[in-house]
Amino acid sequence: MRSCRKGVFVHNSVSRSWLAIREDFPVLNQQVNGHPLIYFDNAATSQKPRPVLDVLAGYYERDNANVHRGLHELSNRATAAYEGARERLAAYIGADASEVIFTRGTTEAINLIVYTWAEENIHEGDAILLTEMEHHSNLVPWQLLAKRKKATLRFVPVTPEGVLDLDELDRLLAGPVKLFSFVHISNTLGTINPVAELCARARQFGVTTLVDAAQSAGHLTLNVRELGCDFLALSGHKMCGPTGIGALYGRKELLDAMPPFHGGGEMISSVAYESSEFKPAPYRFEAGTPAIAQSIGLGAAADYLDAIGRERILEHDQALAREAIRLMEEIPGMRILGPREERGGLVSFVLEAAHAHDIVSMADQYGLALRGGHHCTQPLLRKLGVPAASRASFYFYNTLEEVHRMVDVLRKVHAFFA
Amino acid sequence: MNLEELYQEIILDHSKRPRNFGALPDATVTVKGDNPSCGDEVELALRLTPERVDEVRFTGHGCAICMASASLMTIKIRQKSRAEVTRLLTGFHDMLTAPDPGPPPAELGDLQVLAAVRRFPQRVKCAMLSWRALEQAFVQSPVSAHPPAVSTEAESPAD
Repeated sequence: MRSCRKGVFVHNSVSRSWLAIREDFPVLNQQVNGHPLIYFDNAATSQKPRPVLDVLAGYYERDNANVHRGLHELSNRATAAYEGARERLAAYIGADASEVIFTRGTTEAINLIVYTWAEENIHEGDAILLTEMEHHSNLVPWQLLAKRKKATLRFVPVTPEGVLDLDELDRLLAGPVKLFSFVHISNTLGTINPVAELCARARQFGVTTLVDAAQSAGHLTLNVRELGCDFLALSGHKMCGPTGIGALYGRKELLDAMPPFHGGGEMISSVAYESSEFKPAPYRFEAGTPAIAQSIGLGAAADYLDAIGRERILEHDQALAREAIRLMEEIPGMRILGPREERGGLVSFVLEAAHAHDIVSMADQYGLALRGGHHCTQPLLRKLGVPAASRASFYFYNTLEEVHRMVDVLRKVHAFFA
Repeated sequence: MNLEELYQEIILDHSKRPRNFGALPDATVTVKGDNPSCGDEVELALRLTPERVDEVRFTGHGCAICMASASLMTIKIRQKSRAEVTRLLTGFHDMLTAPDPGPPPAELGDLQVLAAVRRFPQRVKCAMLSWRALEQAFVQSPVSAHPPAVSTEAESPAD
């Protein structure tokens, strides 16, 4: 649904300034602990622009009804908006609408693959290839599956610089590997992995691929055909959409061969007491009343991001990260995690003088929202010899001035604890 | 109050130079405390008699609040009876979490500097970690080869 009622996010030829775009985010205009809010926790969740908020409110104020089953006007509108959002999201990632399943987010999308495709395709003795930089959401579900199926897990190593060591990739892909599931942009290291190359090499070995695009979908242009992946998972709330909504892309022929996920209404074509027949993909995988408003909100978020331009967003995020790294490295005892090249707009760091929790608590006193802890990548931090790290993650509504203010705060933190 | 006031000199001092830090070879009980989401880890080693805490040392790493709390605790509980230590534990926990705690109990001594942690609910678990390990040590049989880990992540809202 292209709800361009306000005209704010119509595709237009004139680029709006970053400061004008920032005005779209009401939440950013506030003081926290007596200081202007600097929101640098975008890798955890992004803020929501006015057009997305308006679409959510507008849906509930005018169109709210259940989808696919009503014969009345409001249900028709809700269904059109919901399916319109699916088409919009499909276009956003270069897929066909029939290949896009709405889920609660990336985690549920990965678990959907675990309980459908992997349930049928992973057997005793098979192997699943992951990387050492996976978020827990792309690790724990596979541990559970491997245990259930008596399968094994393999890992592409991470170098000390924080990139994948691809020297051994062919050896790791060989043998009983059935699936290679890996992250596009690491939420801890910021590393942008060469997805197209990884998928191409997996394909040579007949290995199915799943891309965790949680950190990339809102930050760069991605096209599932160009990437050559079989599955791709994303979260709406990290790309200016609502919480509780995300999507799984699956190549059509794979989805059509997969068994259902949850059973219930909406996913069946006919039901008898003893057995049922299921709808084709993607409906087969969407049991129950879906997150209708959130899906429509996600469609609006895709519109919003494309109106700005994802190339422009990536350049901006990366410029902020470069400036942050340049200045942070001047602070004594500062260790920046992850590579210097091919990285997204997030910077994890360890300060010798202060623990991550002390840093994040003190930053909060200056209105600066950072993240501190293990970032749901405990094994990776352990490997890097880091008990806990702090993280600043940027988005297009953040400014260089905010980065400079962050560095001032970090200098104060260092002076205080050193 | 702001956070700088929480990090008083005594807290910074104990976090940078924790007292009673190191192994205790003749420990009768060791308990590991672990808050995985923040990366705080404290292993408490005690020589416990049926009556009292004979000796206590700790190892691990964590934020300033966690380390200072553990360091100050070890000083406080050495050579104290189990009953006294249990009273200190209750007093310390109440100081941080009771709805209307009143002034901190005088017997907590230097530990009173941690009273301000109650204003930062996310940090209560940091201050409580070594104390929950202590509580577990009392519960456990005197010598255990495989002590269960304790966690205080439920002490405050999840982060």
